[in-house]
Amino acid sequence: MAETGRLRLPAARPLGLPLRPVTALRIAIIVAVVVIWEAVSASGWLYRDVVPSLVAIGKALYATLSDPTFYFHLGTTAYEIGIAMVIGGLSGLAVGILLGGSKFMSRAYEAYLYYLGPCPKIIFFPIMIMWFGVGPGSKVAMGAISCFFPVALNVAGGMREIDKVLIRVGKSFRANTWQMVTKIYLPAMRHPVINGARLGLGVALIGTLLAETKLSNRGIGFLVIQAYSIFNMPQMYALLIILFVIAIGANTLIGRVGGLDDIKRS
Amino acid sequence: MTAAAALAKNRYFPTAIGISSFVAFIALVELLIRVGVINRFIVPMPSDVIAAFPRVIVEEHVLQRFLLTAGEAFSASILVTIFGVAGGVLLYRYHLLRLATETWVAAVAAAPLVLMYPLYLVIFGRSALTIVMMGFTAGLAPIVLKTLEGLLATRRVLINVGKSFNLTSSQQFWKILFPAALPTIFVGLRLGLIFALINIVGVEFLINFGGLGQLINELAERYDLAGTYAAICFVILVSICVFILMERLERWLRPVD
Repeated sequence: MAETGRLRLPAARPLGLPLRPVTALRIAIIVAVVVIWEAVSASGWLYRDVVPSLVAIGKALYATLSDPTFYFHLGTTAYEIGIAMVIGGLSGLAVGILLGGSKFMSRAYEAYLYYLGPCPKIIFFPIMIMWFGVGPGSKVAMGAISCFFPVALNVAGGMREIDKVLIRVGKSFRANTWQMVTKIYLPAMRHPVINGARLGLGVALIGTLLAETKLSNRGIGFLVIQAYSIFNMPQMYALLIILFVIAIGANTLIGRVGGLDDIKRS
Repeated sequence: MTAAAALAKNRYFPTAIGISSFVAFIALVELLIRVGVINRFIVPMPSDVIAAFPRVIVEEHVLQRFLLTAGEAFSASILVTIFGVAGGVLLYRYHLLRLATETWVAAVAAAPLVLMYPLYLVIFGRSALTIVMMGFTAGLAPIVLKTLEGLLATRRVLINVGKSFNLTSSQQFWKILFPAALPTIFVGLRLGLIFALINIVGVEFLINFGGLGQLINELAERYDLAGTYAAICFVILVSICVFILMERLERWLRPVD
């Protein structure tokens, strides 16, 4: 079935070769990229500043990180993504449990989620503006919609994988629905839930930031599009570097906290 | 077995319930808008959205727009397939290169690359090339990783059969490795092409250029509510058709267990 979020990323694994040639090759690749970049920057083959010098990017990175207004915009984006994760994540969790816990519900409704999941969510942005206005509400809504689908589908899949014995144990103890969810379902499907949260965070980040680039006056997405509109290329590169570091770092952190790397290695 | 239990086990009953509850939801929205509970200037009546379909298709040249988006997606697909599969083969062939760069490729796959679209606008201009390159960038890493995974998963016995026939390295690749890895490569192609399509439509919408994505943006800017909803429904339908097609192709390629 169609899905976009199940790309298994390789975890760091014990290397077959001694470390030194690998490190040497990595350094050589980085040096080559730096040399080529600087050569292209100095050559003037491309329009001026399209490929700025790495020194200029470094300076812009430093200037951005030492500017207090950057942290205001970062805080705005983090707030929007946080609220989006709570709304999208919790509703995804509830719907996932509902679909995964009942074969009938799954057959009746899961196909809708499954095929809507990979659609480009940014096309809903005009609707979100009409419903929630041009402020942070529409960005939160974009993030929540983006986050909802991977969480719901992962949780539904995780529910179906739960060992039937555990469910029978819960029922034999006459656990009520809340106890079943908190004592059996959630602990037993911790990994699919965390994997869903990881995927959800990635797409919530994209949804929120893209919405900020389209229509906003605050947030990191706004800073990126502002750097584009005033043609401040070093700052745009600096912002993209910061964004990628944050996104990849958050992705890795959730994976580590949830013990996903341990599963892959075992 | 009771009648209710028999119905629940019926193959088509849950699907029928799903469709009928969707239709009931649409009818409820229509009713709530008509009685004034939902503001019709925020949510158009579903009947208006359905009525807007022919208008949007004829007046907004949906076929041309669809062909433009399809052309961009096709160009990105060709690029992403050539470079993605070649990248995976390269990493498979050169063990040291794989060890040095595989985690980097994985990091790129996890990065929100679509946020680079303002950079691409500067480099390639506000043109179809920006959209194609954005689709290409988004779809590349999954194909590289899945191609590598497929080649690495080739059963040792198959490789040994090739060696026992004294196949050249080219024959070994085309007759053993590539066919064995093809199902996994196609999983990567499906993921990569879906990423590419999502990004193409998204960037069309964001930069207001191109086919179906631009159509939504234009209708929204004109405050044509029914038209905007109809265009969004159209894009969703097209996306679903593409996903189903890719899924069928993947199933066709997957070996029978």
